[in-house]
Amino acid sequence: MIDILRHDFVQNAFLAGAIVAVISGFVGYFVVLRGQAFACEALSHIGFAGALGAALVGASSLEGMFVFTLLAAVGMGALGKRLSGRDIEVGMVLSFVLGLGVLFLSIYTENATGAVGVLFGSILSVTINDVQVILGSGVFIIILMAVLYRPVLFASIEPEVAEARGVPVQRLSILFLILLALSVSVAVKVVGVLLVFALLVVPAAAAEHLTHRPWLAITISILISLIATIAGLTFAFIGHWPASFYIVSLTSLFYFIALIVHAVRSPRRYRELPHPSREVLPPAD
Amino acid sequence: MFAIFQYPFIQNAFIAGSIVAIVAAVLGYFLIVRGLSFAGHALSSIGFAGAAGAVLLGVSPIYGLMVFTVTASIAISVLGREVRERDVATGVIMTFALGLGILFLSLYHGYAEQAYSILFGTIVGVSRDDVVFTFVLGLILLVVIAIIGRPLLFSSFDAELAETRGVPVRALGSIFLILIALTISITTQVVGILLVFALLIGPSATAIRLVHQPLQAIFLAIILGLAYTWLGILLGGNSPWPVSFFITALSFGVYLPVRLLSKGIDSKRSAKGFEKLSITDSALASQKDRND
Repeated sequence: MIDILRHDFVQNAFLAGAIVAVISGFVGYFVVLRGQAFACEALSHIGFAGALGAALVGASSLEGMFVFTLLAAVGMGALGKRLSGRDIEVGMVLSFVLGLGVLFLSIYTENATGAVGVLFGSILSVTINDVQVILGSGVFIIILMAVLYRPVLFASIEPEVAEARGVPVQRLSILFLILLALSVSVAVKVVGVLLVFALLVVPAAAAEHLTHRPWLAITISILISLIATIAGLTFAFIGHWPASFYIVSLTSLFYFIALIVHAVRSPRRYRELPHPSREVLPPAD
Repeated sequence: MFAIFQYPFIQNAFIAGSIVAIVAAVLGYFLIVRGLSFAGHALSSIGFAGAAGAVLLGVSPIYGLMVFTVTASIAISVLGREVRERDVATGVIMTFALGLGILFLSLYHGYAEQAYSILFGTIVGVSRDDVVFTFVLGLILLVVIAIIGRPLLFSSFDAELAETRGVPVRALGSIFLILIALTISITTQVVGILLVFALLIGPSATAIRLVHQPLQAIFLAIILGLAYTWLGILLGGNSPWPVSFFITALSFGVYLPVRLLSKGIDSKRSAKGFEKLSITDSALASQKDRND
C-alpha cells in the first residue's frame, strides 16, 4: 500500500482530493443552508459543457469549466435574490447547456472517453499543474468564505432581516454563487460532473442533521467529505472499482447514519420544530 | 429535406418521439406547477444507473430504468417532506444511484460507448417493438393523469385547502412521482438521460408564461413539445449535429424571449404581492366552477 504512494499520480490524486474535500465541505454547508442544491447541480452540468467546449478550442478542461460556471453563476445570481424559488429558470438553463455539451461532443467525436471522464471524474489523471490550480482556488475560496462568513450566514438564514440591517443580500448572493462555481469546477476534477453532489451537498446535509451550530456543522461536513475522499481513493487503489463510486457510497452512508441518529435523538414532540433557517409558516387554521 | 422519412428507423424515431413529447409535456406541466423540476432531473439521472445495471445483467435498459426510477420516486416522497429538505434528500438519492451507475458501467466492458448511448439517447436506434411499448405505456400514463389531474392540480396550487377538502394530498404526490418515473423511462429511449429533462420542462415552462388557464397551458405545451421534437428530428436528420441538441436549443430559444418579455408583467405583479394570490384565486375559481 505504502509503495503506491511513491507514484506521482497517486500523490496528486490524494492532494487534489483532500483540498477539494475541504473546500466542498465548507462551501457545501452554505449550499444546504441556502437551499441551492439545484443551482449547484446545474453549475456542475454547465461545467460539463465548459469542459467539452474547452477541449474543442484546445484549452484545459479546468479553464473551460471556470469560464462557463462563472458566467452561469453571474447570470443565475442576477436572476433573483433567492435561487431556491427559481426552479424553472435553473432547469431551463440546465437543459440548454446539456444540449450544448452534446453538440460539442458530437463535433469533437474522438473525445467520447474524455467526456465520460468529465462526467464521472478522472482523479487519476490529475497533474501537478492541476493540483496547483486547485490549491490556489481553494485558498482563495476559503479566505473569502472566512471573511464573508458572518454576513453570508445572516443573509442565508434571514434574508429580509439582513437586508433591513443593511447587508447587501443580492451582491452577497452573486458572490457566493461565484465561489460555488469555483468549488464546483475543482470538485468536477475529482468526482466528475454527475457526482459533485457527493462532496458538495451530501456531507453538509449529513452535518446539518447532527447539529444546528454553524461552526460545528461546517467542521463535521469537512471531516465527512475528507474521510470519504481519502478512504474512497485508498479503496480504489487497492480494489478494482472506480474511486467516485467509493466516495459516493461513503458520503451517502454518512448521510443515512446522520438521518438515523437525528431520528433517534430527537423526541417525537420536538421533531416538528423548525430550524432557525427555515421559513416559519403561520399556523393553518 | 423530407427524404429522410423513407427510412424505417426515422419513422420509428418520429412516432416514438411524438408519443413521448405529448406525455412529457402533459406531465411536465404538473411537474412545474408543483415545483418539482429538480426531482424530474434527479429521476432521470437515477434512470441512468438503472439502465447501466440492466445492460450489465443483459436485459433491456427499459426494465432497469423503470425499476430504479420508480423505487427512487417512492424513496423521494418518503424522505423529503419539507421543500428544502426534499431537494437535498432527492440529491442524496440521485448521487448514490449515480455512484451505482458508475460501478455497473465499470464492471461492464465497452464502458464509454455504452455510457454514451444511455446518456445521450439513441433516437435512431428505436425499434418497432419499442414504439409499441412506448405507445401503450404512454396511453396508460395519459389516462391516469386525466383521472387524477383535477385533484392533483388543486393540491399543487393550495395543498392546505385541498387537504381540508378531503383530497389525499400526500398519496397524490407519491402517485404523481411514480408517473413521472415511468414517463422518464420511456422518454429516455428517445432523447437520452441527460435531455429527458428538456422535453419534460421545456414546453410547459414556456406555456405557463403565455397562458394561465391550466388546460390551455397543457394544450400549448403539447403543441410546443411536438414542434420541438419534429423540428429537432428534421434538422438532426439533415445535418451532422445531434437531434438532442436541436431539441434543447429550440426549447431554450423559444423560452428565453418569452421569459424576458413576460418579466415586466411578472415583476409588477409580484411587487404587489399578487402573484401567489392570483394563482390561488384561479384554482379556487375553477374549483367553484366545478361545484356549480
